[in-house]
Amino acid sequence: MKTLLKMTGVAKRFPGVQALDGVDFEVMEGEVHALLGENGAGKSTLLKILSGAQTADSGEIEFAGAPVRFASPHAAQGAGIATIYQEFTLAPDMSIAENVFIGREPGSRLFVSWGKLAAETRAISERIGLKRLPLTTVRELSVAEQQLVEIARALSMRSRLIVMDEPTSALSEAEVANLFEIVKRLRAEGISVIFVTHRLDEIFRICDRYTVLRDGRYVGAGAVAEANVDRIIRLMVGRDVDLLYGARPAPTPGPIALEARGLTRRRDPRDPRATELIDVSLTLRQGEIVGLAGLVGAGRTETVRAIFGADTLESGEILIDGKPVRIESPEAAMRLGIGLVPEDRKKQALFLQLAIRANLSIAAHDQISALKWFVDERKENALVESFKRKLNIRMTGPDQQVSKLSGGNQQKVVLARWLALKPKILIVDEPTRGIDVGAKIEVHNILVEMAKSGVAVLVVSSELPEVLALCDRIVTMRVGRVTGEIARADATQEILMSMMALDEAPAAGAA
Amino acid sequence: MTQSLSPARAEERGFDVFEILARFAPTIFLIALMLLFAIMEPRFLSSINLFNVMRQVSITGLIAIGMTFVILTGGIDLSVGSLLAFAGLVAAAIAKGGMQDRFTVGEGVSGYGWPLAALGAIAVGIAGGYIQGLAITRLKIPPFVVTLGGMSAFRGAALQFASGGPISGFDDSFTWWGQGRIGPVPTPVIIFLAAAVVAHIVLRHGRYGRKVYAVGGNPEAARLSGLNVDRIVLSVYVIVGFFAGLGAFVLAARLNSAEAVAGTGYELTVIASVVIGGTSLFGGSGTVFGTVVGSLLIGVLLNGLVLMNVSPYIQQIIIGVIIVLAVAFDTFAKSRRRRA
Repeated sequence: MKTLLKMTGVAKRFPGVQALDGVDFEVMEGEVHALLGENGAGKSTLLKILSGAQTADSGEIEFAGAPVRFASPHAAQGAGIATIYQEFTLAPDMSIAENVFIGREPGSRLFVSWGKLAAETRAISERIGLKRLPLTTVRELSVAEQQLVEIARALSMRSRLIVMDEPTSALSEAEVANLFEIVKRLRAEGISVIFVTHRLDEIFRICDRYTVLRDGRYVGAGAVAEANVDRIIRLMVGRDVDLLYGARPAPTPGPIALEARGLTRRRDPRDPRATELIDVSLTLRQGEIVGLAGLVGAGRTETVRAIFGADTLESGEILIDGKPVRIESPEAAMRLGIGLVPEDRKKQALFLQLAIRANLSIAAHDQISALKWFVDERKENALVESFKRKLNIRMTGPDQQVSKLSGGNQQKVVLARWLALKPKILIVDEPTRGIDVGAKIEVHNILVEMAKSGVAVLVVSSELPEVLALCDRIVTMRVGRVTGEIARADATQEILMSMMALDEAPAAGAA
Repeated sequence: MTQSLSPARAEERGFDVFEILARFAPTIFLIALMLLFAIMEPRFLSSINLFNVMRQVSITGLIAIGMTFVILTGGIDLSVGSLLAFAGLVAAAIAKGGMQDRFTVGEGVSGYGWPLAALGAIAVGIAGGYIQGLAITRLKIPPFVVTLGGMSAFRGAALQFASGGPISGFDDSFTWWGQGRIGPVPTPVIIFLAAAVVAHIVLRHGRYGRKVYAVGGNPEAARLSGLNVDRIVLSVYVIVGFFAGLGAFVLAARLNSAEAVAGTGYELTVIASVVIGGTSLFGGSGTVFGTVVGSLLIGVLLNGLVLMNVSPYIQQIIIGVIIVLAVAFDTFAKSRRRRA
């Protein structure tokens, strides 16, 4: 078999992170190749370089025997590499045919030949089993059909390599089976496919070979036929548990602070990409830190947002201190003593144009008011000052714009916003994403202190070492369902990864 | 504590000259413009002329104060001119005790008095704002569309209410609110400045003001911080409606008449005042002080151009160019800040 793509020593650095560090990656002609790794392992960056969306700092790329360097997605497409992203790039109000040939419509310089357009689209549609008229509007198609339109576009460009980023994440089981049939047909035609997935079982159904990345480095590759799940998981998580985290004695858990029973939200036809939640139940005790682990699309964020009243639920029950409650808005959750530090600091938590004190005190106006309706700025500054000392926030003063702080200090401001309310239950979603190691440890210590003082803490994290270091108990999720629960003492990264990535939890991990 | 903070603040200011310049650009421009006109046309600086300028901008200035709240949340209200016309007619009808004496000028008219007329105008304004606010928050229709509809609907309501004609001739206690003076200062100017002071305090020191900035700056973060975003968005349309109603009353008093075509095009002047004053159309940043400066700037510009015999057509061109430049400046300052 001939090599189609060969990437050697590819490196890419972003401010503060080495996203890729000398990665080697090789794809043969007519094979389906799985690109694997944890969240943040560097898969996306590698694909962006391959598709021309970003350029590598160093390293070589050889495609179909010639060295290449793509300056734009257009250049990569011209060379025969098409990428199908998780978020489709279709124009929803245009027809299938127009989407397939967008920018390359057959016809003369000024006019599109609609007849030719339809005929060529029909020919490609037949190849991949898309049973729709070429002039159907894309908006009317299901997610699976839209994906076929993306594939049709890739074929219309005579691509020799098609990259599929998490192609099955929004598909039902029948649709996945259909997609795999099509991928097999493409392989038979000699087209290569790079397949990125978090679902390890799928690798064994469709892929010929695999490559694993970890922390931006190449860690291994091989034939799927010679591998097994255990080996791949070990490659994915193989690093030593961070020595930065000291062991913490398991606390004696207090009474149940929060109980979620059967939280369910089925797929919404208007928003088919939203992650489903199916019968999600979990408990949280006072003084305990519980981790919610899972891969992208597992439904962790959706679960905590539902508990906090930020998203609606179809069914399910939430009990606080044993009493059923209705939480229909974050405002209601706040009154019940729940706080949420959301996943995306800048988009969901901070008011970047405003000063630190306005950001910190926005939920705590009751404590700093004067004459009921006004903000007492002396009280407000005192509040900021007290948290500045408690959380060691490095800032010039309460009037400093919050956008000027580092990520770690911004996160402390968001934490302070909730700590000021003295919550009984604190939920933190990716509390240390994008912040440096020093600040990370500080944030961990804050959470541990909170738990010591009796607060029930729920941590969503994609970093297994963090989960293992911080949490007393870990609940794992996969594709909207809880797949298991395990005490920290019994957990290892390998066990967690298999609970997160496989249908059934292994016997050792099930609780 | 305070001492340890002040050097840091000074340091920040020292570094960001550009930001300071951006913040006070409208004020600097206003002063420069006044100096220019004073040199070219000495009549400009007479106190009569200056009070005249302020009286001219007081109605749109009042509404611009309300519009500042709306634009701070990232919204817009195009219906203010129409709402003002409708509210003004309602006030006039109340003052005249109905429609039968609508053209009777002078004494001998038995109406319900100016207090009820003022309340009526304000009630109409608040109701109009409330309805539009409901449509924006409950039906999730963009403010631009809702208030574009309101612009047409309220104008229609005004025309229908008054059968197209004016209602004029009020008693002196009514017209005092538009034509009177306290000392040398025209009453509308006092109302305008008093409203500006109250609005400034609410936005700068009130808990409500903090919420308005938060909702405009990042609605999702505001919601996740436990704010009732819909209620705050609804409230700003009620506020601008209140000011449209108050403005309607003052305008009717100044002109001693209310008519269905009053306030045509006010939405542009009002939005221009707010935007020229440095409030971002994207929401989240801006001040009432800026809006007052923006209002005065437009007034001074028009007044100066009139004194210099510049044609009204050219005046419109100049105002248009200044609006675009003000927004371009805002966008530029923002992108600079993001890079910093």
